[in-house]
Amino acid sequence: MHFLSEVKEGLIIAFRAIRANKMRSVLTTLGIIIGIVSVTMMATAIEGVDRAFEKSASAFGSKVLYIQKFPWVQHDDWWKYRNRRDMKLEYAVAISQQATLVDAVAPSAVTMKDSRFGSRTMLGTFITGTTHHYQEASGTTIEDGRFFSQEESDGGRPVCIIGANVAETLFPSIDPIDQTIKVGGFPYKVLAVLEKQGGMFGTFTADNRIFVPINSFINQFGSRRGVLISARVAAGADIEEAKEELRGIMRKLRHLTPGQEDDFNINEQEMLTQIFGAITAVIAGIGFFITGLSLFVGGIGIMNIMYVSVTERTKEIGIRKAIGARRRTILMQFLVEAASICLIGGLIGLAIAYPLSLIADQLIPTAMPVSVVAIALFVSLLVGVISGFLPAYKASKLDPVDALRYE
Amino acid sequence: MDNSVVINLKEIKKIYDMGGAEEVQALRGVSVEIHKNEYVAIMGPSGSGKSTLMNIIGCLDTPSSGLYEFNGVNVSEMNDNQLAKVRNKEIGFVFQTFNLLARSDALHNVELPLIYAGVTSGERKRLAREALNHVGLGDRVHHKPNELSGGQRQRVAVARALVNRPSILLADEPTGNLDSKTGDEIMILFEELHHQGNTIILVTHEEYIAEHAHRIIRVRDGMVETDERVDKRKTVTTV
Ligand SMILES: Nc1ncnc2c1ncn2[C@@H]1O[C@H](COP(=O)(O)OP(=O)(O)OP(=O)(O)O)[C@@H](O)[C@H]1O
Ligand SMILES: [Mg+2]
Repeated sequence: MHFLSEVKEGLIIAFRAIRANKMRSVLTTLGIIIGIVSVTMMATAIEGVDRAFEKSASAFGSKVLYIQKFPWVQHDDWWKYRNRRDMKLEYAVAISQQATLVDAVAPSAVTMKDSRFGSRTMLGTFITGTTHHYQEASGTTIEDGRFFSQEESDGGRPVCIIGANVAETLFPSIDPIDQTIKVGGFPYKVLAVLEKQGGMFGTFTADNRIFVPINSFINQFGSRRGVLISARVAAGADIEEAKEELRGIMRKLRHLTPGQEDDFNINEQEMLTQIFGAITAVIAGIGFFITGLSLFVGGIGIMNIMYVSVTERTKEIGIRKAIGARRRTILMQFLVEAASICLIGGLIGLAIAYPLSLIADQLIPTAMPVSVVAIALFVSLLVGVISGFLPAYKASKLDPVDALRYE
Repeated sequence: MDNSVVINLKEIKKIYDMGGAEEVQALRGVSVEIHKNEYVAIMGPSGSGKSTLMNIIGCLDTPSSGLYEFNGVNVSEMNDNQLAKVRNKEIGFVFQTFNLLARSDALHNVELPLIYAGVTSGERKRLAREALNHVGLGDRVHHKPNELSGGQRQRVAVARALVNRPSILLADEPTGNLDSKTGDEIMILFEELHHQGNTIILVTHEEYIAEHAHRIIRVRDGMVETDERVDKRKTVTTV
């Protein structure tokens, strides 16, 4: 109770002082406002980049393993990977027979061809040859239509599934389903359109792809293409264990002796997430350092003005001490005042930053994280307390007679 | 009536070091005992050390040497918090220049010692109003100091000094900034307070003000010159 009424008295004094020196308070608060706006906008921008990444990365599926000749994140000389033996489509069959921790396996081979429908052309479309297991193994979602069946897959029928961008480009006005498009000059009937993925990986997502049965792909485009095998980790199975199992099977298929290192890689979304996390951590570190500096400068402004305030009110401090204010009470009074100025600055800063974040949302989907709001308020409080401390301490140590005698 | 010693000063000295060899001896060994419900006037020429003495008695200042016991407790052994508590609860100080908080109204000024004493808000308001009524300012509670006359300001200051029911009331030239009529009003107030059992120490230059007191201590050059009891018929007897 005692403590609370002291804080309340501190608040009353603080607001009276702020009101009495409006212009000064506004100018002082400005430093904090600018600091808080820049820090929160920085956080919002990073949140936006994070979200964009998460959305993009989710296209790869968090439970899908990709067995490939090249790693997504290369640690060694590119030539080392280049010289590895190519991946073979047959591995997929062997893996799906032997592996117990994955429940869907699909090979795919990729090439780049132009696709056409009537007079409309999409240049350099990624053509993926795969099996009917692909949808399960990679976790893609169909917007409209159906994936090709086992018969269509095994028989190499001329059917295809197209990505959202392909559909938009080739069929701006009509329904693509059951239309026949030309892929690299060969006719394919459209069975389905995939759901749009979007995201920052652009052309590499399924949006720009056309999926055809693998046997048809081999016939039309050859088989010595970059082959990869997607495998979905079974529900309940551990990703790392599944990875180990696949590795064992692959080493056997590749006839590697125990001393030889892997000549393939098992990639997963996690690798991208890690790399990305490291990059954003650096950006965030630098960003917060720079924006933090402006907050620091704001804090110095507060300290300066609190010193002025203490000096101006020396007499008042003397009066308060003469009638029984303790050191702690005076200390708290000025701390509360500094903290209030900063907190108000923080609130105004947030009030400015929030609409700005809505504008930023138009450019890159983001939102001011609630944690940032809380942290911003906490930080402004902290800046107030820290920068108010020295002046407040000075005030609390004043001798009552000396303070009363001050003119 | 309880006649215990409230203030006991022994060989109190206050020396201001002005740097170099220069120093000011504001008090040069003052020994005074003041009992409960005494009404004491301290007189003396300007610069004789009256205010210095009052500040020491009021625990606003500390002596350079000597012993000061307040209600039997050695003040020099008290820490900051204990001193603050004594200033808050035991001593009511009235200054020549009022020393009210300019931006606060009368009520809040009077409430202040209660805030520092940790009294709850409702109780505070009640006691502060009561104290203001007591000094005749019941209709001025929401006036700021600059909306009050000098005499009214000093009444607010007296109300503030009394609101915590202190052991003693100290007043350093409380009428110094008032004309003689308003000064008299304050003195009547003091008289009443004394009748109600308060212990009062008052510094003044004016003989007619000092006549209200029952004991007059004259100070010169930082020393007690005379210390006399005045009976009601204004005959003077030496202590
Ligand atoms: N802070 C200080 N530093 C140096 N000397 C001081 C200080 N305060 C008081 N003095 C000196 O101490 C002496 C006593 O001062 P004090 O204020 O007690 O006088 P006083 O009796 O109250 O005078 P007045 O009647 O004019 O108020 C004076 O000579 C004064 O100059
Ligand atoms: Mg004086």
